[in-house]
Amino acid sequence: MTDIQIQLDRVADDAHLLDVRDLFIEFHTRDGIAKVINGVSYHLDAGEALAVLGESGSGKSVTAQAIMGILDIPPGKIVSGQICYNGRDLLSLPEKERRQVRGKEIAMVFQDALSALNPVFPVGWQISETLRHREGVARADALRRAVELMELVRIPAAKQRLRDYPHEFSGGMRQRVMIAMSLALSPKILIADEPTTALDVTVQAQVMDLLAELRRELHMAMILITHDLGVVADVADRIAVMYAGRIVEHADVHDLYAVQGHPYTKGLIDSIPRLDHKGQELATIQGLPPSLMDIPRGCPFHPRCPYRKDPICSTQVPTDQRLASGTRTSRCHFAKEVLDGTAA
Amino acid sequence: MAPQRETILRVENIAKYFPITRGIVFQTKIGEVKAVDGVSFDLAKGETVGVVGESGCGKSTLARLIMRLEHPTRGQVFYQDRDIFAMPGSALRRLRRNIQMVMQDPYTSLNPRMTVGDIIGEPFEIHRDVAPRGDRRRKVQELLDYVGLNPEHISRYPHQFSGGQRQRIGIARALALRPKIIVCDEPVSALDVSIQAQVINLLERLQNELGLAYIFIAHDLSVVRHISDRVAVMYLGKVVEIGTEDEIYGRPTHPYTQALLSAVPVPDPTARAHRDVIRLEGDVPSPANPPSGCRFRTRCWKAKPICTEQEPPLTAQQADPHLSACHFAELRHVVA
Repeated sequence: MTDIQIQLDRVADDAHLLDVRDLFIEFHTRDGIAKVINGVSYHLDAGEALAVLGESGSGKSVTAQAIMGILDIPPGKIVSGQICYNGRDLLSLPEKERRQVRGKEIAMVFQDALSALNPVFPVGWQISETLRHREGVARADALRRAVELMELVRIPAAKQRLRDYPHEFSGGMRQRVMIAMSLALSPKILIADEPTTALDVTVQAQVMDLLAELRRELHMAMILITHDLGVVADVADRIAVMYAGRIVEHADVHDLYAVQGHPYTKGLIDSIPRLDHKGQELATIQGLPPSLMDIPRGCPFHPRCPYRKDPICSTQVPTDQRLASGTRTSRCHFAKEVLDGTAA
Repeated sequence: MAPQRETILRVENIAKYFPITRGIVFQTKIGEVKAVDGVSFDLAKGETVGVVGESGCGKSTLARLIMRLEHPTRGQVFYQDRDIFAMPGSALRRLRRNIQMVMQDPYTSLNPRMTVGDIIGEPFEIHRDVAPRGDRRRKVQELLDYVGLNPEHISRYPHQFSGGQRQRIGIARALALRPKIIVCDEPVSALDVSIQAQVINLLERLQNELGLAYIFIAHDLSVVRHISDRVAVMYLGKVVEIGTEDEIYGRPTHPYTQALLSAVPVPDPTARAHRDVIRLEGDVPSPANPPSGCRFRTRCWKAKPICTEQEPPLTAQQADPHLSACHFAELRHVVA
């Protein structure tokens, strides 16, 4: 019985579209070794949207770069782990095959569209470039396809704007151009790394709406990387919260915002000022995030944690604790107590 | 919070136009950017006025005008009933003591080649009577302690501190001369979420203890609500709506304010389902060529011919008595 159960689990595991397993990444720098990713696992199914949330230095972008295969090696080094796409480990593929995956199966949108686009070529040329090089589409056909892609991301008067240069577009429109480029080869997974951080609130709302619509229309899976708890609230299905290169909490969006199972997530949500009332003094997380050259022993969050209990928290690294709904996990020795509100 | 209604700063119809020129040797003016175009408000002792708006709305230029870092095209700023742009040098020097600024980016606003002690102590170099030379080190250490930094770190350099700590250094520098007003230009937008709350709490504690007045400029509407007593909403160089924090967030009457509030991402998917969704089309127009009449009309869903012809004045509205500049102002509860 249990054997069958294990086998079933394995089959289910293999069925994930993307499966990151126990990833460890280091950066070798002049000052020493920075342990940037310390055992990250997450998965993504077709058509699903996962938000990866973390502050600067938490490792959220590095994980995405490793998935895309655009991590700078050196100084970066993938120590161990697997990144499986459709059951194949991308990390063991030769570069030639890896290139077939990049852009075509998994594509990426970057934060700063102005520096990600080439300033000396018209946008139409840049969007169609992928089609010409990767698919061997003729120039005129590729441009026609570029117009369709620009219409898909709701750029008004797409045909007239084909020959415009990136600087002739506003911030929001430039981000749409980036999205159009990433969609050129109809990827199954779109990774968006802080796609709206450089944009104003009203434009940010437009771009997030667009991403949500595209996901539905194209039945595309999405990884949204962000530091802003608000931005992903109605686009993502699940959220993984990262701290010091680990996923500390992983839950369904509604569950996570309703009640938190890790002291760090709880601290983050409590420390945001609210729009609907003025509120009293803000709750804070004391101290600073750790240096990745010198991550604290035991639970990496213990020096800042209000629920810390010694000696367990300062000596033992917590493993994932399964919580209530089954898929929900928290890397805290007292996860259940934090979730129930009985932790002291 | 407390209604001490003694006005300390009054901004009257201030405007700043930047010329757009062509040519390098023989420059000819071909137009102007109306960065700030007729803004008026006042600030009471111990009060916080928040200024919100999207990029290009003129909020940072407004801050620079109040600091007298820019000379206005027209209009005045009165500090305790004296026009700061008409002040002679000696009075201006005294004024600088009373109005200080905290900058947005804690990475570029501190000189990397100066120690923290020199950075915070530099104001004493100019205003020598505030702290005699022998007393300076002690004063700087007091300031460090006051903003929550270790006084023993006085000889360290900025790069040895994190972003949040650097912002505390910037705040300590602004406090050195015991000002009455601090202009904060996006003081927390470069910081991580968990650090942002620490700095906001520090600013609030300093206000309570020292009776400071703040002009708090930010694009994050939740942060502004939390810290402000009154809020001004800017769009393309103009104030479109101004009122108490309750009025602006709870009873907004200007369509732009309503759209702005509706666009704020709220970290609560359940509450969001009940929210009033207003999505604006397009981006903010260029301030070099603002629309005629009401500047918001190109993105407004209520726009009628009158909006193109007449600029709506900033007045008390029938819908709610706080000031709003719209021909068709009406109440709409956007925030649940």
